[in-house]
Amino acid sequence: MVTTEVSVQQLERTARKLRRHIVKMLAIAGSGHPGSSLSAIDILTALFFGGVMRYDPKNPRWEDRDRFILSKGHAVPALYAVLAEAGFIPEEWLWQLRKIDTPMQGHPSVKDLPAVEASTGSLGQGLSIGLGMALAARLDGKSYRVYVMLGDGESEEGQVWEAAMAASHFHVGNLTAILDYNRFQLDGAIGEIMSIEPVVAKWQVFGWAVREIDGHHMPEILDALRWAKEPREQPSIIIAHTVKGKGVSFMESNNEFHGKAPTQAELEQALAELAD
Amino acid sequence: MARPLGEATREAYGKTLAELGRENPNIVVLDGDLSKSTMTKYFAQEFPDRFFNVGIAEANMVGIAAGLASAGKIAFASSFACFVMCKAFDQMRLAVAYSRNNVKIVGSHGGISIGEDGVSQMGHEDIGLALSLPGFVVMVPADGAETRAAVRAAVEHVGPVYIRVGRPKAPIIYENGCPDFQIGKAITLREGRDVTLIANGLMVAAALDAADALASRGISARVLDMHTVRPLDESGIEKAARETGAIVVAEEHLLYTGLASQVAMAVARLHPVPMRFVGLRGYAESGAPDALMRKYGLTADDIAREALELVNTRQKAAV
Repeated sequence: MVTTEVSVQQLERTARKLRRHIVKMLAIAGSGHPGSSLSAIDILTALFFGGVMRYDPKNPRWEDRDRFILSKGHAVPALYAVLAEAGFIPEEWLWQLRKIDTPMQGHPSVKDLPAVEASTGSLGQGLSIGLGMALAARLDGKSYRVYVMLGDGESEEGQVWEAAMAASHFHVGNLTAILDYNRFQLDGAIGEIMSIEPVVAKWQVFGWAVREIDGHHMPEILDALRWAKEPREQPSIIIAHTVKGKGVSFMESNNEFHGKAPTQAELEQALAELAD
Repeated sequence: MARPLGEATREAYGKTLAELGRENPNIVVLDGDLSKSTMTKYFAQEFPDRFFNVGIAEANMVGIAAGLASAGKIAFASSFACFVMCKAFDQMRLAVAYSRNNVKIVGSHGGISIGEDGVSQMGHEDIGLALSLPGFVVMVPADGAETRAAVRAAVEHVGPVYIRVGRPKAPIIYENGCPDFQIGKAITLREGRDVTLIANGLMVAAALDAADALASRGISARVLDMHTVRPLDESGIEKAARETGAIVVAEEHLLYTGLASQVAMAVARLHPVPMRFVGLRGYAESGAPDALMRKYGLTADDIAREALELVNTRQKAAV
């Protein structure tokens, strides 16, 4: 269980290391989604190592654990990086991403990796699953919290809003969504393909407590995650403004790297930029 | 020949669910604004805390069910067969089948016997969709008693289950309950030597009536209630093929993807014999249930005619 206080500097350093792991595992795999993994990693680092979530790497199915669902399943390199750093899986497994006969599936698979909470990758499903877990906690009198990370492109799926409506209707206070708002989807800019604006107002009128942050500013992330834990009778969402490909100059806001792995030369440049 | 009508299979489902709710606090039930039709209302009235009406949002319903199941609950989710299977198929695929979550989907108003509401409300394809999901147990009980047994078996079974139930009152097949019910084990309702009639759901009663009609013409027909479409009772099918040499399959579903195709695959592999199929080949329409069953060829007469042709063809070949 990780509950000790860690400094912002330590978390930023961890996030930088996990960024190195992300680009390296994608370069070895030869395919995958760097942009959206790099936009999400600061938030995942704060969740897992900032004293936010309760978990036990030796007992991944511990009943009282907090749950994290990566609904935008294509960012799985970010999830695998934190799972390895937390001790759920050996670091060597990261270099087996997307390889046959390994549990390191190209999108999260709970059947293959019990440390993953839900199989995702068909966008739009995670919030409903998280809501089910949050309702189970209430039925069982347990205090765990369920975190669900949504993509901005994913927010175009109707099921997200079915779940948003239901979570507020059922007054589920132990459910927190985090929107990784990196402003790009596969075919281009969100605003051009299918705008999700006004996104803050949408979640507010659906009955959620809403907070907007810079999703790369560690103190703001930590503060928002503390805010999410405050007792309330409605679900909460953190709208995190992020940069796709954050941390690697030639990937930042460059949608070419939505679903393209770096070459060996690109990997070397990325690792140099991400060095301690 | 007409058998006395008993309760609708959906009614038996709802009442059994309420009984199970009393026995097992771990059971939760979800519905998509059809609890008065699927009959989950009985559970809802008795256990409001464990009942979630998610409104008209089937995809969300199945996702929530998967989340509840992954946290240790036995989650039943119900709607009309066509709505839950068609609208929430992606959720059933990823969050239930692939994730091996302990979710029980019960689709009511299966088949065309719902009558006047018409095609948009009828389950033509639900069994085929359920069969296309690896790991799903798929059951189509014939009457109230068998539905009770199937729902109880679904709770005992750990893993995804689909049960189809129907709208109209169902002819009574099992007057004294269905104590020997076992997932994947067909029930032999009548022994016979000349041909085997394999059916499920409402077509079981039709198959029994067809067997009576055939008996009056000196033909001995075996009748198997194939209540489980997967896992299929392959040994029962092989035995029937070997001992009777001809098989007619009858189902209230599209033939291409349901019981008929499953049985045909088994027969082709294990013991090929001539076969005939009684079922749907396209979409139906609005109308009185009995009239629809006649128009779309789902009656005892249709089964008897196919069986007779099979037997006659064999006799001619023997001569």
